Amino acid sequence: MDFLRATTWAEALRMKADRPDATPVQGGTDVMVEINLDKGRPAALLDLTPVTELAEWSAESGTVRIGAGVTYSRIIAELADRLPGLAQASRTVGSPQIRNRGTVAGNLGAASPAGDSHPPLLASGAIVEAESVGGIRMIPIGDFYTGVKRNALAPDELIRAVHVPERRGPQYFSKIGTRNAMVIAVCSFGIALDVAARTVGTGIGSAAPTPRRATEAEAFLAENWSPGDPEVSRRFGELVAAAAAPIDDVRGSRDYRVHALAVMARRTLGWAWEEHRRTS
Amino acid sequence: MRVNVTVNGAPMTADDVWPGESLLYVLRERLGLPGAKNACEQGECGSCTVYLDGEPVCACLVAAGQAEGREVLTVEGLASGEGELDPVQQAFVECGAVQCGFCTPGLIVQAHSLIARHDGVPADAEIREHLAGNLCRCTGYEKILDAVRLAARRKAGS
Ligand SMILES: Cc1cc2nc3c(=O)[nH]c(=O)nc-3n(C[C@H](O)[C@H](O)[C@H](O)COP(=O)(O)OP(=O)(O)OC[C@H]3O[C@@H](n4cnc5c(N)ncnc54)[C@H](O)[C@@H]3O)c2cc1C
Ligand code: FES
Ligand code: FES
Repeated sequence: MDFLRATTWAEALRMKADRPDATPVQGGTDVMVEINLDKGRPAALLDLTPVTELAEWSAESGTVRIGAGVTYSRIIAELADRLPGLAQASRTVGSPQIRNRGTVAGNLGAASPAGDSHPPLLASGAIVEAESVGGIRMIPIGDFYTGVKRNALAPDELIRAVHVPERRGPQYFSKIGTRNAMVIAVCSFGIALDVAARTVGTGIGSAAPTPRRATEAEAFLAENWSPGDPEVSRRFGELVAAAAAPIDDVRGSRDYRVHALAVMARRTLGWAWEEHRRTS
Repeated sequence: MRVNVTVNGAPMTADDVWPGESLLYVLRERLGLPGAKNACEQGECGSCTVYLDGEPVCACLVAAGQAEGREVLTVEGLASGEGELDPVQQAFVECGAVQCGFCTPGLIVQAHSLIARHDGVPADAEIREHLAGNLCRCTGYEKILDAVRLAARRKAGS
């Protein structure tokens, strides 16, 4: 096993081109668990933490570009006002120690259907900025997840950043787990209202082979934009649950997940309407 | 490979480090600092918590090579003088927050990081949230919470 230390982004891209078999490592909170538990040894580790520009975020024309090295702790501390959905999801990740290291880019790299950043990224229509020595590719989040723990990155590509539109209305994230910390989601849901456009974005986690949107529920709500209407909320919940394709596993049954999703969708929509009412 | 890292203020060098090795292994097995404990090696228990460039992290999930050129502060480095404990350590002793002691170094470092950036006494909910990644199988946590509150009160000077 080799240890490659990239000190600049250009160097990281060159190293990945020379060694497409190298596993990038940012916070290491997924990569190191695998190595420690001997669940497979990468041919090489490509350490991205020395690349300082990755640890920066910037905001321009209504979109936040979050560098691949920005930790959950920093998203919570610095971006909760612009990206409330992603900040809420970040607060539920692991523990403070995990949030001090873990990154959204690592969550995307791992592409677990249970990853907590995915529902808010889907709900707000994020774009993944992938790069190789060949150039930059902007991948819409809906095209990024290609299967269980698989993503659209080419072997020579790295994630440079993720672009997330700033809030255009209330955003909420909800997650079911056995306790309030340190849990992989049994299932999760993210919602983002665009108040001016009268549209809604959704993201379902841990209830299908990949994170996914509930597009019929989104269309239904856009057509039936009636804040606070309980019948609309109920139907919205049903449509979100119908968009899922969960399995039975150790964390929960298929039926439980479907039921829980309908409840979470209804509830988060209720919170969103309530905030909308208070602020408009 | 070789890893150069500053630990508790002193520059140190570890040789023959395997590239997949963790910072925890380097501290314990190569640098003779067994304070941070190895219990799960998967980030679940917090017993390996150390400061890395001022942030508490699980040393078991930091690749040794990622610590190159960085600053690590372990439980061994908290007390300022010989024979004197850090106020957080002292509070743990006084409150009976230690039983078998295996979780203690990680909890001390994590609690230290809460108190260091807090001026007053944190609310219980905040203490619990901050310590949510540190497991203790013995104490039932109540004495640990007492110790954190005591250390915070002393720092706040009341
Ligand atoms: C105790 C514990 C609790 C956890 N709890 C949660 C939780 O509640 N919710 C949750 O979602 N996750 C959780 N996780 C998983 C993990 O913390 C997250 O997936 C985190 O986002 C990973 O980020 P990282 O920077 O540590 O990734 P790393 O471990 O460094 O990398 C993860 C993957 O992404 C790839 N990668 C990293 N950076 C890049 C890049 N720039 N370009 C391309 N590929 C890249 C790596 O090669 C690897 O495949 C937990 C993990 C632990 C150990
Ligand atoms: S040994 Fe590192 S968290 Fe348990
Ligand atoms: S005192 Fe034994 S694990 Fe905490």
